[in-house]
Amino acid sequence: MSVVGQQPPPFFNRGPAPLARLAFFVALSLLMLVLDLRFHTLEWARQAVALVVYPLQRLAYAPVEGIQHGSGYFTTLVTLKNDNDLLRQRQLSTANQLLRQEHLELENQRLRALLDMKLRQPATGEMAEILYAARDRFARRVIIDKGTQQSISPGQVVVDEQGVIGQVTRSFPLLSEVTLITDKDQAVPVQIVRNGLRSVLFGAGAGNLELRFLAANADVQAGDILVTSGLDGVYLPGLPVAKVTRVDRDTAYAFARILCEPIAGVERHGQVLVLGRHEAAPPAPPEQEHKERPEKGKKGKKREPA
Amino acid sequence: MIQPTHYSNRILRPVRDWFVWLTILLAIFLSLIPVGHLPGYPEWVALTLAFWCIREPFKVGMGAALLTGIVMDVGSASVMGQHSLAYVLLAFTANGLSRRILQFPLPQQALQILPLMLGTQLIMLATRMSVGSEFPGLGYFLESFSSALLWYPLTYMLLLPQYQPHEKDENRPI
Repeated sequence: MSVVGQQPPPFFNRGPAPLARLAFFVALSLLMLVLDLRFHTLEWARQAVALVVYPLQRLAYAPVEGIQHGSGYFTTLVTLKNDNDLLRQRQLSTANQLLRQEHLELENQRLRALLDMKLRQPATGEMAEILYAARDRFARRVIIDKGTQQSISPGQVVVDEQGVIGQVTRSFPLLSEVTLITDKDQAVPVQIVRNGLRSVLFGAGAGNLELRFLAANADVQAGDILVTSGLDGVYLPGLPVAKVTRVDRDTAYAFARILCEPIAGVERHGQVLVLGRHEAAPPAPPEQEHKERPEKGKKGKKREPA
Repeated sequence: MIQPTHYSNRILRPVRDWFVWLTILLAIFLSLIPVGHLPGYPEWVALTLAFWCIREPFKVGMGAALLTGIVMDVGSASVMGQHSLAYVLLAFTANGLSRRILQFPLPQQALQILPLMLGTQLIMLATRMSVGSEFPGLGYFLESFSSALLWYPLTYMLLLPQYQPHEKDENRPI
């Protein structure tokens, strides 16, 4: 054995025993895990390390970028022409709505002023590009190429041309992490366009979404379109989110199992729009002091139809 | 020049500290390449760490593993502590098994690296599943197999600087 015996045997000064060191380092790791998962107090450390890792990340992205650009360069003329035709067609078909939108918005403003209502937030946005999917295998996140330098902050909503794809959950100086709506921990408050039924949409794994906690007899059909309800004050109301694909009503369970698929190209890469900060919702009405009857529970509350 | 062989009975030059850190940095770089969720993309960092923990148990240990783990936690946008915990346990096991593993020829070493890699992945899986993340599918474990396959070429590459003599001397065999 050439290597192990190379150093003089360190009889006297070996430091703490391996098991003691193991215990120390494992405890440190577990502490980090708990701090990050439970209390979310390690963001400053993450920012600091990210600053160091960023050049490495950028460098690692270079070969992939090169390949993407290279393949883009060799796109055939036919593909480009087809794309062009499709875009022109789409533009024509939406021209009617676009032309009228300005007029409608003005009219809306006037009517709202008449009704003395709070003006609807104008939607501003920042164009960004999805660079790549985060390496973490256990969550569905993507990295976009805009960060705090472009005043992007956690909580902002990310959409593409068809609908919502996710929400910014972390922002670094030049990059941001977007958690996709198909992530298991991501919840989107939605309502059904057809009847206005409100609920909350969760990721269900494998690129699907799930409407949880809706009664077995809830009025949901396959093909229903879900849009954001805007009740949370984070998502603008009316953004398309998902389409119901399957409804399983099993009387053995209290709730129906409703599977949906996202409308936007959530698992695809490309250009996205990070919507500007939505103005904070007015403060919630103060809790009623006297509670006459016991609460039904959170799940019951969400089920009330609009 | 003696040709490099995989038998460890030849005398090697001592390893340089900067080379160890450079290879770990390179491994981090390789694992940061955004390949998406390509199944079977090797666990470069765990493999390199395991290599140095086995080859140089006095130099590379749990402290290095913790530091590397933190960098990987941030770089791969996962939970802080996930990689650190797995790497620390990997380093401990690799340090402890170093003498035993080095006795074997390289293909058999690779067979013993496989459970180490699988263990590392299982720890990460357990960490994330315990807080309710989704199961990434069995393809996740392919990474261990591709990593173990890389053990043979990686040993050559990482030991290359130690095969080189200080200065070429015709009269001395090393």
